[in-house]
Amino acid sequence: MKIDFSRNETLVGLVILGFCALATVADPSFLSLATLTDLLRGGIVLGIFAVAALLVLISGGLDVSFTAVAAFTMYTTALMLNTWAPGVPWFAALAVGMCVGGLLGLINGIFIAGFGLPTLIVTLGTLSVFRGFMLTFIGQKQITTLPSGMREFGRAMMVRGTNADGSFYSLPWAFAALVLVVVVTWTILHRTMLGRAIFAIGGSLESARRIGVNVKATQYFVYIYVGVLAGLAGVIHASMARVANPFDLVGLELSVIAAVVLGGARLAGGYGTLTGTLLGVALIVLVRNSLVVIGIPSTWQSVTIGILILIGTGLPAWQAKRAAARAA
Amino acid sequence: MPPEGTHPMIAIDGVTKTYAGITALADVGFSIGAGEAICLAGENGSGKSTLIKILAGVEQPNGGTIRFAGEPAGTLNPRRSAAAGIMVIFQDFSLFPNLSVAENIGFSAELAAERRLVNKARVRNLASDMLKRLGVEIDLDAMVETLPVAHKQLVAICRALACEARLIIMDEPTTALTEREVRILLGIIRRLKADGVAVLFVSHKLAEVLEVCEKVVVLRNGRKVAEGPASEFDAASLTRHMTGRDVAEEPPPPVDPTAPVLMQVRGLAKTGSFDPVNFDLRAGEVLGISGLLGSGRTALAKALFGLAAPDQGTVTVAGKSVPLGDPLAAAANGIAYVPEDRLTEGLFLTQSILRNVGIGRLEAHGRGGMLDLGGLWGEATDWLKRLTVKTSSVEAPVRSLSGGNQQRVVLARWLATAPRVLVLNGPSVGVDVGSKSDIHGIIRNLSQTGLGVIVISDDLPELLATCHRILVMKAGRITDEIAGSDTNAEDLAHRLAS
Repeated sequence: MKIDFSRNETLVGLVILGFCALATVADPSFLSLATLTDLLRGGIVLGIFAVAALLVLISGGLDVSFTAVAAFTMYTTALMLNTWAPGVPWFAALAVGMCVGGLLGLINGIFIAGFGLPTLIVTLGTLSVFRGFMLTFIGQKQITTLPSGMREFGRAMMVRGTNADGSFYSLPWAFAALVLVVVVTWTILHRTMLGRAIFAIGGSLESARRIGVNVKATQYFVYIYVGVLAGLAGVIHASMARVANPFDLVGLELSVIAAVVLGGARLAGGYGTLTGTLLGVALIVLVRNSLVVIGIPSTWQSVTIGILILIGTGLPAWQAKRAAARAA
Repeated sequence: MPPEGTHPMIAIDGVTKTYAGITALADVGFSIGAGEAICLAGENGSGKSTLIKILAGVEQPNGGTIRFAGEPAGTLNPRRSAAAGIMVIFQDFSLFPNLSVAENIGFSAELAAERRLVNKARVRNLASDMLKRLGVEIDLDAMVETLPVAHKQLVAICRALACEARLIIMDEPTTALTEREVRILLGIIRRLKADGVAVLFVSHKLAEVLEVCEKVVVLRNGRKVAEGPASEFDAASLTRHMTGRDVAEEPPPPVDPTAPVLMQVRGLAKTGSFDPVNFDLRAGEVLGISGLLGSGRTALAKALFGLAAPDQGTVTVAGKSVPLGDPLAAAANGIAYVPEDRLTEGLFLTQSILRNVGIGRLEAHGRGGMLDLGGLWGEATDWLKRLTVKTSSVEAPVRSLSGGNQQRVVLARWLATAPRVLVLNGPSVGVDVGSKSDIHGIIRNLSQTGLGVIVISDDLPELLATCHRILVMKAGRITDEIAGSDTNAEDLAHRLAS
C-alpha cells in the first residue's frame, strides 16, 4: 500500500503508532484502558482549544488570546457563581462560561472585523489585557471551593473501573463536551455556507469580498465562536482540576497552535482538518503523559515536542518545495 | 416581453467620474447588445478600470446614465449589478485556491440564492452543467491551486455563468495565456455569444481578440476617442487610437558584419528543460529567442545568467569562460538579466526608485567600508535621466510607477554596471503600447553602442521590431534560426506552433 507522506495526518498518525509501539515494548502495561483514558482526559481542554485555534487558522488569522479568555472566564465564572448563585446546576455554569467567553471573543471581533486590524497583533494585545485585568481587578487568589454545579460536573464520570493490576481508570463526562464541540464545528465548517465562507476568506480575502461574502460577519462569528469555546474549555478545566487558579492555562497557546499546525493546518490560512488537529493534540498529550515510559526524562518533553513540530511541518513543506522545483 | 428588439441590453450614456478633481472618465457612452462581444481598449490610466468598477457597481459615477434594456438602472451597487447579470472576471480571477473546482463555480450562485446549508450534489450538478456549456472537461474535485492558469480562467467563466451572467467583463483576459490557449478561449467566447451572453474585453493587448468582436471602443485619458465595427480596426489603428500617435516599428538597422563575437554558448543543456544549445552573439547584435510557454526559453535565459544550473556546456563572454550556475559570477563577467516578472524577481517594490537603481552598485561606490552616497545617487540619477523615467520624485517607492517606468528602473540598475551582454526576458510584459515602443527604442540604442542583447519573448511583433536574428525553441530544442528581416509575424507564428 502506498502511503501519502505529503499529508500531515498520515505522518502524525504514524508517529503516534510508532510511539505506542515503543512504549509497549518498554512497558507492556502501557497498552491498557488506564493509558487510553488518561490520554482522552488530558486531551479534553487541549482539544477544545485546538478546535478553536483551527477555526481561526482556516479563516486566515492567528489567535493567541484564547488561553487568556479561558483563564479569565473560569475565574470570573467561579467567582460570580459563588457570590450570586452558588447552587446553579452544571449546565448553567457551562452556559455562563460560554457567555463570558463569547463576550471576550466579541472584543477580539470588534478590533479584527470592525477595525480591520491584524489578528496576531490584536490577540497579542488582548491576551495581555484580559490576563492583566483579571489579576489586577478581579483577583489573584485561587478559588478552592468551586460552585456546586462545577464540582458536580467535574466529578461526573462516563466510565470508571479498576484494571486487573488494581489501578483505577475513569473518563469524565467532560469528554462528551469535546466530542460535541468537534461534531458541531465539523457541521459548521462542512455543511453550512458560513463554514465555507470561513474557508473562502482564508483562501483569498479579496476574492471573498468581490463575490459578495460578508467578510465582517464571518470574522465576527469566528472570534465569538472561538471565545465561546475558550470559555467552555476554561470552565471545564477548573471543574476537572477542582480549583480555579488564575495563573493556569496562559502559556499553553503556542503548544495548541503547534498541535494544529502539526495536524496539517497552514499558518497562511485556508487549510486544515479536524482529524489532523485531533491527531496533533493526541500526539502532544501522548508525549506529555508518556514520554517517561519509553525512557526519556520528562525534562526532554519540550525538546521532543519541538523536534516533532520541526519534522512534522518541515517534511511536507520540504517535499512540496522539491516537487515545485522539479516542475519548474 | 421587454422591448429587446428596440433597446440594447445595456446602454451607457454620458458617464463621467472624477476623483478629487481629477477626471477619470468624461462623457463616455456606448451600448452593448445581447450576445455581442466588445473590445474596450485603452492604455493604463485611460479610464478602463474606472468604467469596469462603475458597471460592477463598485464605484458610482458623478454623471450620466446606465440603462438595462431601456430602463434606467438608478444607482448601482455590487448586488444590483450582479442581479442584472453583470459579472467581472478580474485579471487574477478572484478564485479560492483552497476550494475545489465545483465549489468555486457554485459559490457565488449559492450566496446569491442566500442558501444557508451546503448541498454538495446541487453544487456539483451546477458546476458540471456549466463546464458542459463551455464544452470543457476539468476535474470537479481538483483544488483550484493545482490548476494551470488557463483552467483557472475557465473556472472563473463558469462561476460567472452559474450566476446567470448576461454580460461578462474580462479584464486583461489574454495576458497570462499562450497563443494556443487564446485560440481555445476565443472558441469558448463564440459559444457564449451564441448563447446570448455578451462579453466586454478590457485590455491594452487586444489585437488577438479582435476577430470575435463586433465592436471596438477606445478610451484615451478618460474620453472615448474611437468607436466602430471591429472590422474597421487592426493592430496598428488600435495602437494609434490608444496612444494618439503613430507607433510604427521599423526593423533594426543591420549589424556590422565585422563586429567581434561577444558571447559564445556551446553545448549548454539542462536535463528536462532544454537540449544542448549553441549560438554566438556579436557586439551590437540583438538576438531573439522565442518559443511557446514550456518550450524551455525561460529555463535557457535563467541558465545563461546562472539562476538555473545547467548540466553541461560552456558560456564565454569576450573570450573569458563564465562559471555556470552562479548569478554573481555571471554579473561580474558582464552579463545582465532582466527577469520576466519584475514585480517579484526584479524590484524592491516598497523601496525608492533611487535605491532600486543604486543597489547594484554598492560595491563600486564603497570607500573603505563606507558608502560614497554622493557618487552612488549621482550615478543612479544620471541613468534614470538617460532612460527618461517619468516620476515626480526619485524618492517615491518603485511601486508607484507604471509598468513601463518600472521596467526602465530595472534596466537602469543593470546599465549602471556597464554590462557587455543584456538578457531581457519578456521586456515589455505588462507594459502599455506607448512605453513598449520606447523600450524597443532603448534596446536599439543600446545595441548600437556595442552591447550584445538577447530578447526572450513570445510577442512576435516585438521580436520583429528589435531582433537581427531569431532562434525558435520547441520542446527544449532550437528548431529554427531566421534573420529578422527574412520573416514576418505570420511565418514566425507558424514556426512556433508547428
